[in-house]
Amino acid sequence: MSDEVNLFAQQEANRRRSRWLVIGFILFFAWLGFGGDFIWYLSTAKAPPESYHHIFPFVGIILTAFGAIMAKYSYSTGPKNILKSTGAREIIDAQTPQETQLVNVVEEMSVASGITKPHIWIVDDPDPNAFATGHDESDSNIAVTQGLLAICSRDELQAVVAHEMGHIKNLDVRLMTLLAALVGAVTLIADGAGRVMFNGGFGRGRSRSSSDSKEGSNPLVILLFVVWIVSWILAPFITRLLAMGVNRKREYLADAMSAQFTRNPGALASALTKIESASAPTTSIKGGAAHLCIADPLGRAVNGTEGRMAELFGTHPPMPTRIARLKMMGYEQSAHEIPGAAAAAVSVPSSASVRAT
Amino acid sequence: MIGIVLLVVIVAFGFWFVGVYNSLISLRNQVFNAWKQIDVQLKRRHDLIPNLVETVKGAMNFEKETLESVIAARNQAIAATRGTTDLPSAQQVQATAAAEGQLSSSLSKLFAVVEAYPDLKATGNVAQLQEELTSTENKIAFARQLYNDQATVYNTRQQQFPGSLVAGFAKSTPAELWEISDASEREVVKVDLSLNAKK
Repeated sequence: MSDEVNLFAQQEANRRRSRWLVIGFILFFAWLGFGGDFIWYLSTAKAPPESYHHIFPFVGIILTAFGAIMAKYSYSTGPKNILKSTGAREIIDAQTPQETQLVNVVEEMSVASGITKPHIWIVDDPDPNAFATGHDESDSNIAVTQGLLAICSRDELQAVVAHEMGHIKNLDVRLMTLLAALVGAVTLIADGAGRVMFNGGFGRGRSRSSSDSKEGSNPLVILLFVVWIVSWILAPFITRLLAMGVNRKREYLADAMSAQFTRNPGALASALTKIESASAPTTSIKGGAAHLCIADPLGRAVNGTEGRMAELFGTHPPMPTRIARLKMMGYEQSAHEIPGAAAAAVSVPSSASVRAT
Repeated sequence: MIGIVLLVVIVAFGFWFVGVYNSLISLRNQVFNAWKQIDVQLKRRHDLIPNLVETVKGAMNFEKETLESVIAARNQAIAATRGTTDLPSAQQVQATAAAEGQLSSSLSKLFAVVEAYPDLKATGNVAQLQEELTSTENKIAFARQLYNDQATVYNTRQQQFPGSLVAGFAKSTPAELWEISDASEREVVKVDLSLNAKK
């Protein structure tokens, strides 16, 4: 890990890792749907010719269609709802010098990233945070809180805006909305099925059909079926873990994109330090939009710490690691060790506004 | 059997060829677009300068030299950036870079002088203009950065094997990077940054 010094190398590494996670997610989703079809097919394959043979994989197709519809729905209504729920106001004509500066900074970053200037929104919340939403490069929104404007220097604001531009450029909003919708679909079905089974209705039907298949009595099929059921029970949990894994990789990627656009990773490092030290929850940003923010709006302790727990359960990577990696990009040798060792070195200097140009 | 294998190989090669060819063309257009973005930002800077000069002229009568050098540099820069319809040649990139460098350095001199007049700086107009110019300077820098990034991707793609085999068909030639040509301009960059940091 310690050889990913260069920002382009870090971008590539995070792209690759999130790609694998997305592939894992898709495979797991396919196993939940089409895996069931396959087991059904195996269990009915040796049945007498006049009884039912499961050939058309409608379980997988229905599950996929359900997920797709949910994704489509939350994707088309998402950005508007999120902006509305935060009570953001759009800056069309900058009034104060602060707003002028924000508009200028966003324009600068849209030049640097080569994407159309996004709509700019301000959320009246004293806690520093920022998020991006929208559909693609030509229709995007960047929102920052009043608190962020208050504590950030021009360079730091620029770095935060560049991070959000990175999300837009990487189509992260699309990716994360899709994953969140699929997690939602799986959770909904698992919950519903669990309830039905608990009430006994589904269980009776199932037990009959599985006793049918026992006549063919292939232990492999039974084993597969058990694994499949267990997968479904754990599905809400597993899909969420995978989605959060993807999210964390995309955060690292957006950090590296910010470094590419500003060529000043030190500014983002110092902005993150400031945001972290004001770690009160951003009350006006609801949990649903957490995966779009620069820092977890819930201020969950798990994102601030390191170790296995944070690696698995945070929507965002641990701050010290993010800052350490940014410093690596700025070729600051002090943070060159593996994150665990670097954390102690990094979390101390809150005056980390060393300029890396 | 051999015939089928041969056919598959030929079709696969055809797809690959078209893919590389098209990506070279689209990269080339991106480089051209990035170059045009520099132009847009430079023009913005050229348009802002008369405003700035107008605003500070009254209070800075005795700094005529500085003002005149800004105006002269601006006119020269406008002449140098006159329309390019294709990827810029090496000379064009260098000429533009040199003229704009001159303008940057005379502007930063002007800003240094403005710093010496606190009451001039205090008037809202100047502060506002300065934010505008800072922003424009940044945009120029970022536009150049984007141009260099795109040009590097384009150059790498056409020079790396096996893409280099297709480059000839796509009439790809390496794009010129925007470089800082002389030492004095490197200093100017430093001055620019310190101005930003004060904001």
